[in-house]
Amino acid sequence: MSTPAAIEVSNLGKVYDAVEAVKNLSLSVQHGEIFGLLGPNGAGKSTTLRILITTLSPTTGTATILGHDVVKEADTVRRLIGYVPQERAIDRFLTGREHLQLLADLYHLTKQEALTRIDTLLKLVGLEEHADRVAKGYSGGMKRKLDIACGLLPNPKILFLDEPTLGLDVQSRLNIWEHIRQLKQQGITIVMTTNYLDEADQLCDRIAIIDRGEIRAMGSPKDLKASLGGDGIWLTLSDATPEALEQLTTALQSLPFVRGIRPRENGLDIRVDGPEKALPAIMETTNTVPGCRLDGIEYHRPRLDDVFVAHTGRSLKDEPPAPAEG
Amino acid sequence: MNEQMQEVLALTNRWVKRLSREKFSMLFTLIQPMLFWLIFFGNLFQRATDIQVVQAPNYMSFLAAGVVVMTVLNNGLAGGVDLLFDKENGFLERLMATPIKRSSVILSRFLFVMAITGMQILVILGVAFLFGVSAETGILGIALILILGMLFGIGLTSISMAMAFSVKSHGDFFSVLGFLSLPMIFLSSALVPLAAMPGWMQALAFFNPMTWVIDAVRPLIISGWSQALPQVGIALVVLIAFDALCLYGGAKAFKRSVG
Repeated sequence: MSTPAAIEVSNLGKVYDAVEAVKNLSLSVQHGEIFGLLGPNGAGKSTTLRILITTLSPTTGTATILGHDVVKEADTVRRLIGYVPQERAIDRFLTGREHLQLLADLYHLTKQEALTRIDTLLKLVGLEEHADRVAKGYSGGMKRKLDIACGLLPNPKILFLDEPTLGLDVQSRLNIWEHIRQLKQQGITIVMTTNYLDEADQLCDRIAIIDRGEIRAMGSPKDLKASLGGDGIWLTLSDATPEALEQLTTALQSLPFVRGIRPRENGLDIRVDGPEKALPAIMETTNTVPGCRLDGIEYHRPRLDDVFVAHTGRSLKDEPPAPAEG
Repeated sequence: MNEQMQEVLALTNRWVKRLSREKFSMLFTLIQPMLFWLIFFGNLFQRATDIQVVQAPNYMSFLAAGVVVMTVLNNGLAGGVDLLFDKENGFLERLMATPIKRSSVILSRFLFVMAITGMQILVILGVAFLFGVSAETGILGIALILILGMLFGIGLTSISMAMAFSVKSHGDFFSVLGFLSLPMIFLSSALVPLAAMPGWMQALAFFNPMTWVIDAVRPLIISGWSQALPQVGIALVVLIAFDALCLYGGAKAFKRSVG
């Protein structure tokens, strides 16, 4: 590659109390993209994020941010990145502006720089009216906006977000997504963790699916879905004998747009190209096979959840929602 | 160094702001020791105590040194609490992701706890003065009392911060804190002179650094320089050893926690 990647992670591992939270993880994030770490709680995505923001050191492997090692050059890395932690990390006794003033001093800005930058940021996230109120009274959405302003205060090249919309209502969620897209347009590279499929799907250019400390799949949501082998058509059949099913499978396989057939409970899962033609043809074929009575037919585009299931063997949606990740 | 000063000042400023916005907490922090111990306890036991035993003009003047050091103890042991909450809600992580010297957070905490403790000591001595107790060694003696208090406070705050960084939950922290503070007071010369204690308590109190600090502060208040100076000398030696030990342990716990 001609330009080095924004983030380069190789063979990263982290062991906590004899538990391998992250195993042999490698990935690279390109300049200007939104990269998502998708996985259930406890999958290792927050651990990975903490290593990248230098607050946790890896047990094995290396990670570099814009060419700087996160362990050996931690201080340099810290000057290049912004971090947006989960919502609880707000001091409820400080006002929004005081949060930003504190960080301005920690990033060693001069008084004048701090003043102008804080005003710009408060305007950007739309928090000017509430800037001088103590954060105790902020709503979840307002806290998130403050968090993002805090993350942007150092003018970072790379912004790390930990579960940016966890626990937010729909409207605030869409707002935050909009902010994140705008940041991307300004050329900021964004790395975020999420356990929301739709968030990863709609917001991220590329995602890494992490489960039990390992990357199970990586790519753009579109490619990942396409790798499942086309759109899915689920047939539900009543009382089909195994012989009838086999006969039907053979018949369907001869259709030009069918790419694969897998059995599922009471029926078949057929992967096709171009559902418009496939649907009527499949119905017709099914009716010609004796002993196969069509009970239902369901068409769906591959969802990220299917990708998740295909790579981890379980659904992300089955996970009980938990407020925080350990 | 300039950068670190900016960091420490900003962080200390945050502690001050937090305290000033927790009005009740501030009020009780400041008033509790003198109200509870000095005024109530001191007056209550005035006639129940034997002047021969306490070797002081009255019990209040005997107790003043104990209350001063108790305040240092309580402030010091509670000195890590805010960091504990910062650790638990992720604010500490936010701070650690910024390009600050790792030690700045710790330094800001020392600075804050010492400033509050210093003010409280002055208030306690002021209240004692209202009840007729004035330091025999004057302003210089009071300055020395402040220095002794700070030195003891540094070690205690280190213990508290080390605990804050090491414990798994804040429940553990407060259990240990509750368990430590009262025995430290009873097993010291705060309320009763060592000589008047049962032998086994005397033996335990002998190994309590608090005893040594109180025994140095007390003559500064009730006796005078000639009796105080040797005690102050011993206390300084004890405190330097105590602080070295606590700082070493604290630094280890901190390194383990934040790298």
